[in-house]
Amino acid sequence: MAVTAYSGAEQYNFDIVKKFAVMSLVWAVIGMSVGVYIASELAWPFLNFDSPYFSFGRFRPVHTTSVIFGFGGSALFATSYYVVQRTCQTRLISDGMASFTFWGWMAIIVLADLSYMLGYTQAREYAEMEWPIDLLIEVVWVTYLILFVGTIMRRKQPHIYVANWFYLSFILATALLHTFNNLAMPIDLFSMKSYSLFAGTQDAMTQWWYGHNAVGFFLTAAFLGMMYYFVPKQAGRPIYSYRLSIVHFWALAFMYMWVGAHHLHWTALPDWTSSLAAAFSILLLMPSWGGMINGIMTLSGAWDKLRTDAVMRFMIVALSFYGMSTFEGPMMSLKEVNALSHYTDWTVGHVHSGALGWVAMISFGSLYHMIPRLWGTRIYSNKLVEAHFWLATIGIVLYIVAMWISGITQGLMWRAFDEFGNLQYSFVESVVAMMPFYAMRAIGGMFFLTGTVLMLVNMFMTIRQGKRESAVLDAGLATRMAQA
Amino acid sequence: MEWLMWFAKPENTKPLALIIFFVTFIGIVIYVYGSKKRSKQLESYRDIPFLDDQPGDQDDTKDKQ
Repeated sequence: MAVTAYSGAEQYNFDIVKKFAVMSLVWAVIGMSVGVYIASELAWPFLNFDSPYFSFGRFRPVHTTSVIFGFGGSALFATSYYVVQRTCQTRLISDGMASFTFWGWMAIIVLADLSYMLGYTQAREYAEMEWPIDLLIEVVWVTYLILFVGTIMRRKQPHIYVANWFYLSFILATALLHTFNNLAMPIDLFSMKSYSLFAGTQDAMTQWWYGHNAVGFFLTAAFLGMMYYFVPKQAGRPIYSYRLSIVHFWALAFMYMWVGAHHLHWTALPDWTSSLAAAFSILLLMPSWGGMINGIMTLSGAWDKLRTDAVMRFMIVALSFYGMSTFEGPMMSLKEVNALSHYTDWTVGHVHSGALGWVAMISFGSLYHMIPRLWGTRIYSNKLVEAHFWLATIGIVLYIVAMWISGITQGLMWRAFDEFGNLQYSFVESVVAMMPFYAMRAIGGMFFLTGTVLMLVNMFMTIRQGKRESAVLDAGLATRMAQA
Repeated sequence: MEWLMWFAKPENTKPLALIIFFVTFIGIVIYVYGSKKRSKQLESYRDIPFLDDQPGDQDDTKDKQ
């Protein structure tokens, strides 16, 4: 291995990392606020104000886009640029291209959110952006790919660290998924509206091939890249098994692409297709848990850090939720379980145990590790980190427990028959039964959002503290130079 | 060129693809765990994240192995 001494911030482009890291927190607060609002709309419907602009249908993609692509995407850009530079010990190949990805990505999120509120959508889950925005994504993403691959190609370290493999697979897979899922024909060159090139079942199949692989490569592989760098760094010890990380990577790469059809059980899709998807979903449990164990065991011999280091706790709880979600997912992909769970709130609970428990918690942990180092300081308040951790954890538990109860109740009510073979409950009766759990979910979301706001304040103060310290150092240096 | 038609049938290419992927994956596992010398080499890459530590990192990583 080549060892290159760190020679100051000039060696790397940290400016782009800082921009994405800050915007990641800003989008987290925006996206989660909208999430809490729409959760509250379901619990207290007057919040719709009888206006389409406030309706759940328009705000829901604003929430998902802001949290997945705004918060998660920005955190991935920030950490991938940080990790690739530090593990390859080289600077990004182009500051201009890096800056373009930042402004391009921000424009995409803003334009997408505005277009949803104006009523434009492709009605494809997590890919609601209409065709002009899709084209912009294509350009920004290819720039990102060139920048990342180019940086790896001019590395000073002969070996490519495993975190970069995960990031690269995420960039490549997202390019592939985005391109094919968004093949569409605009009705006019000057119209936002377009229609998919696929029809019927094929369209649904393409959408869920995209949808689940967005979960697999955007929300899992990429954040595993984050995990494989930041967990060892925060723990102060190398990853438990590098060989296991290699097998983890290739197993996910080979298996994830097959599982999308488990979203279409009991539909017009050929039965063998969804059975095959279920089989691969079960197989995925093994590498997923292998990766989880690899991450958690990194702390082997230093378990006391769980008591003393709140940032470490974010990461280990994230890995625990990764394990839990990757157990729950395969279980829900079984046809018999899916017959009960599909179309119910259980799915929403499952998604959020992954999104809040895994994606958000590992991002918070990584950002808490990275931001003070970027500004050359320490975290402003560890007590606020501690408070954030508990607010987030309580929020997640409230959220997913509410959705489990609500989802299973829904599933059971929808398939209950009376003695004459008629449906026992009308749909609206199932909605009425959900109301307490919708309120509980909204309150869980409020807990989680409050924690995120605390983090934003804490990181703002950390950055300000870093800038002050840097200014004092500069002033001291200038004085000494003047005296000399 | 008749033999190329064999590849045009999904019932042929799907099992073929499965065999190729499976064999490749098994090959990777054997490569990773099959040799003690290579295992040692691979495990040495665990330290890459620590090779360019900044001064700030050292404070938080006192118990680095």
